[in-house]
Amino acid sequence: MENSNKTIEVTDLVKNYGRTSAVNGISFAVRKGEIVGFLGPNGAGKSTTMRILTGFMHATSGIVKICDIPVAAHPVAAKRKIGYMPENNPLPEELRVREYLKWRAKLKEIPFRKRRKRIEKALELCDLKRASHRIIGRLSKGYRQRVGIADAILSQPDIIIMDEPTIGLDPHQIVMIRDLIASLRGRMSMIISSHILPEIEMTCDRVIIINGGRIVAEGTPDSLRKDFIDTTVYQAEIQGDLTSLKENLAKLDDSLEITGNGNADTEGFSEIQIKGAANQNQSENILQHLTNIPNLRVRALNKHKPTLEEVFLAATKRSWDTLLPDTDPDESTFINQS
Amino acid sequence: MRHFITLLKHELRVLLISPGTYIAAILFLIVMGFVFQDYLTESINASRKHSPGAEFIRSFWLPVFFIVPLLTMKSIAEERRTGTLETLMTTPVTPIEIVLSKFSAAYLYYICLWIMTFSFQVVLYYFAQDPKLIDPAPLIGGYTFIALSGFLFISIGIFSSSLTKNQLVAAILSFAMVFIIIIVGRNLTDWFNQNGNHPLLLRQIVEYLQIFQHAEDFTSGVVETRPVVFYLSGAAVLLTFSIFMIETRNSKN
Repeated sequence: MENSNKTIEVTDLVKNYGRTSAVNGISFAVRKGEIVGFLGPNGAGKSTTMRILTGFMHATSGIVKICDIPVAAHPVAAKRKIGYMPENNPLPEELRVREYLKWRAKLKEIPFRKRRKRIEKALELCDLKRASHRIIGRLSKGYRQRVGIADAILSQPDIIIMDEPTIGLDPHQIVMIRDLIASLRGRMSMIISSHILPEIEMTCDRVIIINGGRIVAEGTPDSLRKDFIDTTVYQAEIQGDLTSLKENLAKLDDSLEITGNGNADTEGFSEIQIKGAANQNQSENILQHLTNIPNLRVRALNKHKPTLEEVFLAATKRSWDTLLPDTDPDESTFINQS
Repeated sequence: MRHFITLLKHELRVLLISPGTYIAAILFLIVMGFVFQDYLTESINASRKHSPGAEFIRSFWLPVFFIVPLLTMKSIAEERRTGTLETLMTTPVTPIEIVLSKFSAAYLYYICLWIMTFSFQVVLYYFAQDPKLIDPAPLIGGYTFIALSGFLFISIGIFSSSLTKNQLVAAILSFAMVFIIIIVGRNLTDWFNQNGNHPLLLRQIVEYLQIFQHAEDFTSGVVETRPVVFYLSGAAVLLTFSIFMIETRNSKN
């Protein structure tokens, strides 16, 4: 069967709140063992999509299948396949960490014989062993976040959905979560939404960028770069005359553009950016050319790798441009603001 | 119903470890102690038809007005506000199990509070040694009435709590509903009796809302099936509505 390795399949998902639509015809699929990052500005429909996937919310229309089980028709069976950590990670304040996980293990129908082992395993993976007897209400944000993640992975489900798991964590804990996610790679499919874009880039196999309730970009970080970044930027540190440099570089390739403030540091070097055509690496040519120019000293040249942030900004900006024509003016300004 | 016991155990544990439970119980006993003492003094000064124990049960409305809203306002509203309802609803748990466990925990606590008031009767019997003061039949009937009407009152509270995520709104809602069902029912009958010529159906509906009359009957030892059906079916309807509210309200806001 073609579908058998798809753990999540979403077709034409629509969710309306009254007259405003939060999700507007999203379709995607997640393969087994794949880690997918959800990106989007606030109010883009990420959390709504995740909530519909988990069966907590009902969609207005569209089909969501979890391991080939339609969520709307068999919510309980679908919920058994999912470990979910909501936004803001709500936890009961009065319980101890181990008590909470024990209760959750029962609710998640983990058989009695495996329960203890699974709890130990989750505590260990999330580095919570020492905190297992503390009361959740008195834990710091980082610990609480890890309790939420421990709960999500507790039953070792086929699918893990986490809504902003790294929010409020310090860099050490972020590295820990990243290692944790990496250790689960291949065994479980994961959907992670985050605002910390380097995180997504490091952990996710594929990125889905949502804006205004629609998917505006989808693919690996590298393929997104190719699609959305239309220039290649080289950074150089030089000493010499900028105007003559422009003329000289035009001989090499007249599409090259030079920008730079020309403020020299104490040694007389200044930083400039050279913009060239996308999807080709001209570093070598430029370097050779620069060193051949008389009266010009080059200290450094490197090709700037666009961050996912730039891709994100480009993708969401472009999607607003395409959204404008087919929505009525009032609604589109609303989307822009939200 | 696989998770009902797990959920109920959790609810009871949360009740037992929170200090508020005990404070509420002590305050309840103090207030009810004063009420009981008041009936005792009265029965000394003027001889009455009923034993002080039965009279005491008849003042059920006083604790119901303040205890039921306070006891139930948190149950679903708080979970909805903090978001723990979301983590609960994404496990293989059905809304039926959630509502029933919340209801059962609140009901058990409510009944425990009332059982503790039985100690008043024991103390009275121990010191008075007068069989006239202690009449077992009205007491059995009275506590049966408390247990039965508790189903309706607590489910009113649970239903109000399922409507909103604001505890205060839930409390005021359940207070208003309990008030209407206890006081307005009686006033309407009085009013109907004064001005006749009303549709039979309306009269029949209002005739069911005789909670004071039910209390009177039960404490006199008259146990009828009509009130039993009234309280149980009322509770069932309200709990069903609560289940619907939990299922549908997630999809909004």
